[in-house]
Amino acid sequence: MTDRTLPTRTPVFEKRLKQRYASERRFKALGLGAIVFSMLVLLFLLGTMTINGIGGFQRAELEVPIDFTEVGISGDAIQMEQGAAIQSLGAQGLQTVVEFYAAAALGEEAAAQLDANAWREVAREIIADESILRGTTTFELPASSDLAAGYAGEGSPEMRQLAGELSERGVLAKNFDPGFLTRADATNPQQVGIWGALKGSILTMLVTLALAFPIGVLAALYLEEYAPRNRWTDVIEVSINNLAAVPSIIFGLLGLAVFLWIFPNLRSAPLIGGMTLALMTMPVIVIAGRNAIKAVPPSIRDGALAIGASPVQLVFHHVLPLALPGILTGTIIGMARALGETAPLLMIGMRAFIATPPEGFTSPATVLPVQIFLWSDEVNRGFIERTSAAIIVLLLFLLLMNGLAIYLRNKFEKSW
Amino acid sequence: MSPAILFLLALGLALAGWLAARARAWSFRRADPGVRMAARPTYHAWYVALWIALPMLLFGVVWTILAPNLVNQAVLASPAAADLPAFGFQRDTILSEARNVASGASSAVFNPEAQALVEPFREAMTRYAWIGIAVSLVLAFLGGAWSFLRLKPDFRARTRVERTVMTILLLASLVAILTTIGIVVSLVFETIRFFGMVNPLDFLFGLHWGPDPMSSPDNPDPTRYGAVPLFWGTIFIGAIIAMIVAIPLGLMSAIYLTQYAAPSMRRWVKPALEILAGVPTVVYGYFAALTIAPSIRDIAQFFGASNPSSESALAAGLVMGVMIIPFVSSMADDSIAAVPSAMRDGSLAMGATKSETIRKVLVPAALPGIVAGVMLAVSRAIGETMIVVMAASTAANLSANPLEAMTTVTVQIVAMLTGEGSFDHPATLSAFALGFVLFMVTLALNFIALRVVKRFREAYD
Repeated sequence: MTDRTLPTRTPVFEKRLKQRYASERRFKALGLGAIVFSMLVLLFLLGTMTINGIGGFQRAELEVPIDFTEVGISGDAIQMEQGAAIQSLGAQGLQTVVEFYAAAALGEEAAAQLDANAWREVAREIIADESILRGTTTFELPASSDLAAGYAGEGSPEMRQLAGELSERGVLAKNFDPGFLTRADATNPQQVGIWGALKGSILTMLVTLALAFPIGVLAALYLEEYAPRNRWTDVIEVSINNLAAVPSIIFGLLGLAVFLWIFPNLRSAPLIGGMTLALMTMPVIVIAGRNAIKAVPPSIRDGALAIGASPVQLVFHHVLPLALPGILTGTIIGMARALGETAPLLMIGMRAFIATPPEGFTSPATVLPVQIFLWSDEVNRGFIERTSAAIIVLLLFLLLMNGLAIYLRNKFEKSW
Repeated sequence: MSPAILFLLALGLALAGWLAARARAWSFRRADPGVRMAARPTYHAWYVALWIALPMLLFGVVWTILAPNLVNQAVLASPAAADLPAFGFQRDTILSEARNVASGASSAVFNPEAQALVEPFREAMTRYAWIGIAVSLVLAFLGGAWSFLRLKPDFRARTRVERTVMTILLLASLVAILTTIGIVVSLVFETIRFFGMVNPLDFLFGLHWGPDPMSSPDNPDPTRYGAVPLFWGTIFIGAIIAMIVAIPLGLMSAIYLTQYAAPSMRRWVKPALEILAGVPTVVYGYFAALTIAPSIRDIAQFFGASNPSSESALAAGLVMGVMIIPFVSSMADDSIAAVPSAMRDGSLAMGATKSETIRKVLVPAALPGIVAGVMLAVSRAIGETMIVVMAASTAANLSANPLEAMTTVTVQIVAMLTGEGSFDHPATLSAFALGFVLFMVTLALNFIALRVVKRFREAYD
């Protein structure tokens, strides 16, 4: 072929075209860059939390062999209920026994760095298995938070040296700490656990679900199926849309001014927290519910009416069952948001230090996000890892809930 | 009386009524097989069940709120309460201690004065619990008997039940209005009390913020309640720094996802962005405080900034911007998708490249929607609490330097309400005034944004 060009393809044109294509490529790269940046931030965030958090599920423990055949501790106490049994073992001098064997095995200096509550863990193991009292057992007991800091390469030089010596002898190591999932808050990072906060979260979420789900679904049904087009309906719709966008802290102020005024004795109770979060979650459920109801085709309604169903029968026998998967998806997403919510719960006093898991809906409690907030404020370096571990637990729960929502959406999604 | 027991009792009695009424309705038909029932037996059953359960539950709600006050009054009227201190904090402590012991929440009293009150408390609680149960049983019986006696073959039970159901539906949707009213009333009420102590003009236009919760609540110093530094900090962090991050990144990722990305990539990236939106704010706050803020300080120091703050506005703003990216992105996504494809096709047919089409046709056409999305994003950013509580400072500072410590409205609300101050102190009440301002501003932003979106949608329909 000859290199005959079209008359418009002048060199100037060629140059401009090249520039335009270059700018096209730049623009595309910018778009990709924005996405890559967002993904990198997400990965970095999750990565730091995971790396820090893995250490939070472990704790520094000292190996202490105890020969119970030589000490006269009686096992009678074990039949009692747990608190009394531990007290009875303590009265028999279990703490001294533990300290004595720790000193014998590790040396005086290291034994002083045993956690002050280490003997309670020995007591618990004895209660779980009485045969321990008839032989020699090696216990993994928590080190003091100073020694733990030394082991992590922080803290005072003496502790770092002591930790180095002990870990070389193989008696100090970081072990997985199952107690982290079963204990409640404490002042010492070696002794903290998240069960207290988790239980508080679960109780709070139950209250939220019990209030927000029925009210939200019923309101969505009313607005979508029955509401006459008039000013009242407009007011309801506007207030629901506005509530969905009101900052969460405002709901906290409402809870503080109204709920705590009605129930002054229930400060920081899951009941009040759940009621506050329910007001926040309800609009989300209403909006999701209306969309799900809207998606039910009119032919179903016409069919039901044609065979003589009343409007209420039509909605409760036909529309609601068909819209339910969509409503449930919206509800789970709303609940996931409520589970991660912190600010309104701070307002109604759920930030108190609570060392025992809540017993019911009216006992003082804290929730997982607030626990994370409280630990992040602690000065003790040992709390950093614990905080990240708590964050991992929270994120796992959120992932589970969102995964369930996506599963429901994919499984029940219908195109009519 | 525990509300749970009452609730279960109501359910059980309603079930009994349900079964009895259905049996009765069937008996009409058995007695006279030719009878034409006005409603199916199930509706008769529901009619009676509702008449049993609803009065009981309504009474239960009222009683749960009322009973503690009645118990308190009974205890205060008892002779044991005569030697209580007259008013104030100590009296409340003693009362609540005695109440806790009497209800079994704690095992022993700390104040010896409280010991004498435990018995009166326990007595009063038992008495009112029994009164509550008795009254609710009477109500259930009356409601059940009355409705049961009305059952007849030609009784229109379905209409009645459906009317009740409709009323319940209406009430459920009124909860939203009640909540809005509750928010406005509680904020306005406390704000008026605050403005009774501090001049609104001093509050809205004063340049110095530093309430002292420990000072005397009478005659507060109005020069310490100037909220302008808080407003500035909020705008600077939420509307300027965060938006500088969120708008370009959110808009560009929306454009890439809608215009360039292959469907397979879209399938993965969209959920990932949703994860970014679903991370709780307390986690972002921790991330900002632990990772971002110290590195920003170190970088600033490396470049010779003198004494940068470790609680800089920049750290909080950047992380908040990242949090907002998915929000801006999904709003932009929606408004770009709403532009008619004829406009896009026309531009491409004229020989424009894809990026030229996007920049010169799609984005300008979608601009109202994008602007509305940004307004919604701003309203979310200025109401965001945990990131700034954890990463920003509590010291008010009127400055345009992003490396300096700044505080925001939400930080101060948290600080004022979680401190030790009493509820009547202007410092505590100022939190409600700040909340009111925040509420009004977010409301206005949302209102305008929704209007813009609506008008914009109509323009292309």
